[in-house]
Amino acid sequence: MSKQPHDTPLLDELEQGPWPSFVTGLKKLASDEGKPYANMMTDLLGQLEHSYETRTGYWKGGTVSVFGYGGGVIPRFSEVAEDYPESSEFHTLRIQPPAGMHYSTDLLRKMCDIWEEHGSGLIALHGQSGDIMFQGCTTENVQKSFDALNEIGLYMGGAGPALRTSMSCVGHARCEQSCYDDVRAHRMIVNGLIDEMHRPALPYKFKFKFSGCPNDCVNAIHRSDFAIIGTWRDDMQVDQEKVKEHVAKVGRKQMIDTVIAHCPTRALSLNDDDTLDVDNGSCVRCMHCINVMTKALSPGKDRGVTILMGGKRSLKIGDQMGTVVIPFMPLESDEDFETLNELAETVIDFFAENALEHERVGETITRIGLANFLSAIDVEVDPNMVNHPRTSSYIRTDDWDEEAQKWFERKGVAANE
Amino acid sequence: MNKATLPRRAEEHGVPDPFPHMHPTLKQNYGNWAWHDRPRPGVLHHVANGGDEIWTVRAGTQRQMGVHTIRKLCEIADEFADGHMRFTTRSNVEFMVTAADKTAPLIKRLNDEGFPVGGTGNSLSMISHTQGWLHCDIPGTDASGVVKALMDELHHEFTHEEMPNRVRMTTSCCQINCGGQGDIAINVQYTRPPKINHDLVANVCERPAVVARCPVAAIRPAMVNGKPSLEIDEKKCMCCGACYPPCPPMQINGPESTKLAVWVGGKHSNARSKPTFHKLVVAGLPNNPPRWPEVAEVVKSILYAYKEDARAWERMGEWIERIGWPRFFEMTGLAFTKHHIDNWHGGRSALNASAHIHF
Repeated sequence: MSKQPHDTPLLDELEQGPWPSFVTGLKKLASDEGKPYANMMTDLLGQLEHSYETRTGYWKGGTVSVFGYGGGVIPRFSEVAEDYPESSEFHTLRIQPPAGMHYSTDLLRKMCDIWEEHGSGLIALHGQSGDIMFQGCTTENVQKSFDALNEIGLYMGGAGPALRTSMSCVGHARCEQSCYDDVRAHRMIVNGLIDEMHRPALPYKFKFKFSGCPNDCVNAIHRSDFAIIGTWRDDMQVDQEKVKEHVAKVGRKQMIDTVIAHCPTRALSLNDDDTLDVDNGSCVRCMHCINVMTKALSPGKDRGVTILMGGKRSLKIGDQMGTVVIPFMPLESDEDFETLNELAETVIDFFAENALEHERVGETITRIGLANFLSAIDVEVDPNMVNHPRTSSYIRTDDWDEEAQKWFERKGVAANE
Repeated sequence: MNKATLPRRAEEHGVPDPFPHMHPTLKQNYGNWAWHDRPRPGVLHHVANGGDEIWTVRAGTQRQMGVHTIRKLCEIADEFADGHMRFTTRSNVEFMVTAADKTAPLIKRLNDEGFPVGGTGNSLSMISHTQGWLHCDIPGTDASGVVKALMDELHHEFTHEEMPNRVRMTTSCCQINCGGQGDIAINVQYTRPPKINHDLVANVCERPAVVARCPVAAIRPAMVNGKPSLEIDEKKCMCCGACYPPCPPMQINGPESTKLAVWVGGKHSNARSKPTFHKLVVAGLPNNPPRWPEVAEVVKSILYAYKEDARAWERMGEWIERIGWPRFFEMTGLAFTKHHIDNWHGGRSALNASAHIHF
């Protein structure tokens, strides 16, 4: 027998309106006569309504995990379990989706069957770190759920001070702007470091994110410790006939206002014959003109990635964008991928050994300075790493000649005598 | 423990291989696409170098989905889209079809089932959000509910491409801001220091870790009523809530004191300008479920001022950069206060060190 539903007048208001209602979905689960999760969802709705009434949250954490793993389960125990006993345990399993979040209906249906049998029937697609969140599981059923999900090829995601689940954009699968195989890079790096996800031993969380181009559709620069952004270093590809067609279609004024004038480095000019003049040496690969003229313009052919490190939100020292650590790394051959993998391992090793507890790598870089960080991971300085050279004179320069010598040697020119 | 009672040892699959789940046309043309356009709001059309074409229909979801909803999406995918779908980072679902004339019946079916089609190009996409009261252990407000209420109000902007450029909104149910940066971000902003339950601190909290967590060194160990606990220098405390997750007896939330703030001008893309953080424009809005009308009013005033005044391809932050903050506050009817002036480390770099003045 199903439990009597709780009155939920506040939540009921969220069943109105044109956007799909999560409340309607929760109620449907609660009214699934005979299903093992129906009573749990009835009380879950009761507790949520209570939160709406009192403007207070009622979950607390705890310790729940599956055999052999340190993380991946987000335990939730109710603080108002006397009133809502059936949802007193409502844990989440973070499960990694296929890279790029592609699903066959077969896989989704199997996920539903498993979660109907062992969980609440509620699945979030997806959490902000990119996990499938199987929300609402009793402590007893956590292991059973994971076993069943693992049987169909799925695998635990990250939580706590550990390597986290990663995200990659749609990339090569359906985007002409994608400059590298981000499915390959995503799976290579995360799978290679998978122990760091499941036996949490890092000072704090560490996130990789993979975007195929500087449009950065997975928000890697700000939302990851290690952002891998597709780019190119030769000239942008221009189909001048298509440029002319575009100008003919939208007019010269619109072309100038929406393309030429928006170029951040004044690298574009419209020729008198309505072809495009591109100063590739000044172009910073921002993607704007390519976004506007998708048929006429595309990234160059010598492709690879720019890598930025240290992005994070405010805790504790304030927001940080990732900053450039590798201005360009080719990423096409097997050797290129191996080089990227080695860099990822080097950075994780450095982070594991040198970051303070609860310190993200961006905070480590702030604390020790970018130059020391680069030296530790064996990367040479490059002017693409700064907006401009320092403005403060508080620096010792007694080894200036040696440092300059390194630059000239790298550039393959003899230093001045 | 004998072998029969040992739990199953997991297969270390790692990140699942997407290729078995990918639409066959995407798989065949992997890394080989030529260009795209958008035939109508909610539809993308991609053409491969070899001539293959794919039409993607994008629809909004409630993210938190029951098995009924997911099975409904599966039915639609089986009937219209060769049994495949994918999700965007903003919880929109995408169905891929191999002919232009297959889009209209799919769109009709999605609309009939209550899924709005849109979120492409210069529209407002789905609001990225967090867990809130539904599942988080430290929430100041709900997440799914705020998003549902706002997306109801802004539905037209999801299903139409009428904005100057794309609009990315986020919500976060505490100041940690798991929802991320946005053109418009709606985030919890606490207004009072934590209330400490001194009976529980010693048993629940690792006190040195909590002391270390405070960004302004306002927490120190103390004996209270003969028990080891913590105390707060309330003059220093800026109510960020950083101590609350590692020490739940330091309750930062209150039904009245937990407020909402609206931030604008965050951007992840590198297109035109470099990525930017969002900036505070309003705080002190009431946490008012189930529909948070005061927040919706502010969001709409900002969004429609942008829609009205920004030039093509200007993102929210770029528009404000051009018109200047004085005009932004004038056009939106919002107040500029001393709280808008950044005083955190490096905050002086946000001040105007020039004679560039907007009149």
